[in-house]
Amino acid sequence: MSAAAPLGSALPAPARGARRPALRRFMRHRLAMFGLAAIVILVVACAIGPYLSPYGPLTIDLRHRFQPPFLGPHLLGTDQLGRDLLVRLLLAGRISLTVGFAAMGLSTVFGVIVGLAAGFYGGWAGTALMRFVDAVLCFPQIFLLLTLAALVSPGVLTITLIVALTSWMEVARVVEGQIRSLRERDFAVAAEAIGVSDTHLMLRELLPNVMAPIVVAATLTVARAILLESYASYLGYGIQPPTPSWGNMLNNAQEYLTSAPWLAIVPGIVITLAVTGFNFLGDGLRDALDPRLDIHR
Amino acid sequence: MSGTGAPLLEVTDLAKHYPITGGRTLRAVDGVSFTLGAGEVLGIVGESGSGKTTLGRTVLRLTAASAGTIRFRGEEITDYSRRRMRPVRRHMQLVFQDPYASLNPRMSVEQILAIPLQVHEPGLKRAERRDRIEAVLSTVGLFPEAASRYPHEFSGGQRQRVGIARALICNPALLVADEPVSALDVSVQAQVVNLLLDLRQRLGLAILFIAHDLAVVGLISDRVAVMYLGRIVEIAETTTLFARPRHPYTEALFSAVPDIGGRHDRILLQGDIPSPVSPPSGCPFRTRCPYAEAACAEALPPLVERAPGHFAACRRPELTLSSPLSPQPVSRFAADA
Ligand SMILES: Nc1ncnc2c1ncn2[C@@H]1O[C@H](COP(=O)(O)OP(=O)(O)OP(=O)(O)O)[C@@H](O)[C@H]1O
Ligand code: SF4
Ligand SMILES: [Mg+2]
Repeated sequence: MSAAAPLGSALPAPARGARRPALRRFMRHRLAMFGLAAIVILVVACAIGPYLSPYGPLTIDLRHRFQPPFLGPHLLGTDQLGRDLLVRLLLAGRISLTVGFAAMGLSTVFGVIVGLAAGFYGGWAGTALMRFVDAVLCFPQIFLLLTLAALVSPGVLTITLIVALTSWMEVARVVEGQIRSLRERDFAVAAEAIGVSDTHLMLRELLPNVMAPIVVAATLTVARAILLESYASYLGYGIQPPTPSWGNMLNNAQEYLTSAPWLAIVPGIVITLAVTGFNFLGDGLRDALDPRLDIHR
Repeated sequence: MSGTGAPLLEVTDLAKHYPITGGRTLRAVDGVSFTLGAGEVLGIVGESGSGKTTLGRTVLRLTAASAGTIRFRGEEITDYSRRRMRPVRRHMQLVFQDPYASLNPRMSVEQILAIPLQVHEPGLKRAERRDRIEAVLSTVGLFPEAASRYPHEFSGGQRQRVGIARALICNPALLVADEPVSALDVSVQAQVVNLLLDLRQRLGLAILFIAHDLAVVGLISDRVAVMYLGRIVEIAETTTLFARPRHPYTEALFSAVPDIGGRHDRILLQGDIPSPVSPPSGCPFRTRCPYAEAACAEALPPLVERAPGHFAACRRPELTLSSPLSPQPVSRFAADA
């Protein structure tokens, strides 16, 4: 028997063979590689950097107050109390990145559960759920965030929960749409015809086929979560000093915007780097995984 | 043939209507009735869009019927919930047209074949499961080593054998084979048809064999039902139908098959199949029927028994229609006088 090549063209790419081209596409994606590098460097620096610095985050160096970057013993300068900006930046990064990843994890899990249930069971409950998601999505996320933040006392945990609470809808929508169309596909009908349980159908047959869009959405969610945390903390509704976060470093820098602009510029650059890094990574993943999302119906 | 007692499957006035935009209804299947005895093969033919797939899947309760009843092994399963259907499913299985789209590309053949056993025979030990998988692989003509392979490592015909193995592993009584060979290379089609014939003989399997190719259906079926716009327009034993079709649509289908209809004047099906959203009034085939007369637009012709076991839904029983077995010049007004 010949290898029936014509059959393959319109069919889902085989899982094993397809992984390599996807990886190749991803590696060739310049911006994604840049994003990945930026993220890795940031994460590693935040994790181990503070241990390598001679300065503590609260060490006050009154002789070098307001030292501009590169013009003294402190590499990235100091603030109004002479605290080392680099160390504070890295420690703040631990908090901001943790909030970003944790919020991503929570919102992804929640979004996947909601999307899976709505897409699988459908019916009026599923429709109602998705209309609710649409309604919440229409509402500017930052208002939602600030409203919630004004109601509860801010902290690392609460801000993570709040960011997660305002970020799960997109994932839910992606998953719901995919599950609904995947259910009509032959392999799902085949499982149904066998009489497998709903859990088996959802978790073993359908969900693995939605992993690609979930990963993409999750990556973009980290970017958004970091940005949201920064907004909230910058406006004073987020993480409160003395715990440093990239957002509240900006908040603190407001007073000295003209006298010591680097206090704002340095965290600003790092936030931009982290956010664009995750966005580029997400775009790269989307492009690399796309042909697999395009599986014929 | 039907054999003893109640038939395995009894479908009565089955309908599947899809609501579509604009508040209109698409009648994919409408007023379909037939029975299928244990071990019997009923062929279903019709053009694309005539509702064959919908019929097969509605019978298997993979989509909910809009009207009518389905009795399977003496049970009326029409309104069974998903949960109540589960134990019934081991007795009714489906083979797909596209053998690849119906196999999860992430699972090995062994994993694919293990699922029905896990669902319906959870008590089976690991070694017993292996034996069953090996046995069913040999039943469909695959080597035991196939178990550790993935679907994309097989040719189209072999994949279809995997699909058939999955359908057979729990020894079903009914198989719905939805165009099981249309997606395969012509050279492989015969092998798969022979496999199904062989299985039917050895396992006493009843098969609802769906195809748009009358030649293939003729090879395998005891009886044949011809569908047009969601309705059965003619149903008869294969030999009778091939010897003397009694519906103009069946005649047209015969003449459209190059292998068997090529010798005489071709009655090419004129125009497209009308939309099942707004079927013609009266006889649904009248817009393309060479024998249509004014009265054909008045009422839907019922499926009437014209000879023992031979039903047709045409209001002109006097027509003498040609077939590959009785090629006659097409005379539109033959029996008019
Ligand atoms: N889920 C659905 N929603 C709306 N319309 C549908 C749906 N499934 C099928 N149809 C319509 O029902 C009609 C019958 O389709 P079906 O697939 O049963 O035909 P078929 O005879 O199997 O055709 P083919 O030979 O192309 O497989 C078609 O007009 C089709 O567009
Ligand atoms: S009823 Fe009339 S239109 Fe319909 S098939 Fe018979 S002759 Fe043709
Ligand atoms: Mg079909």
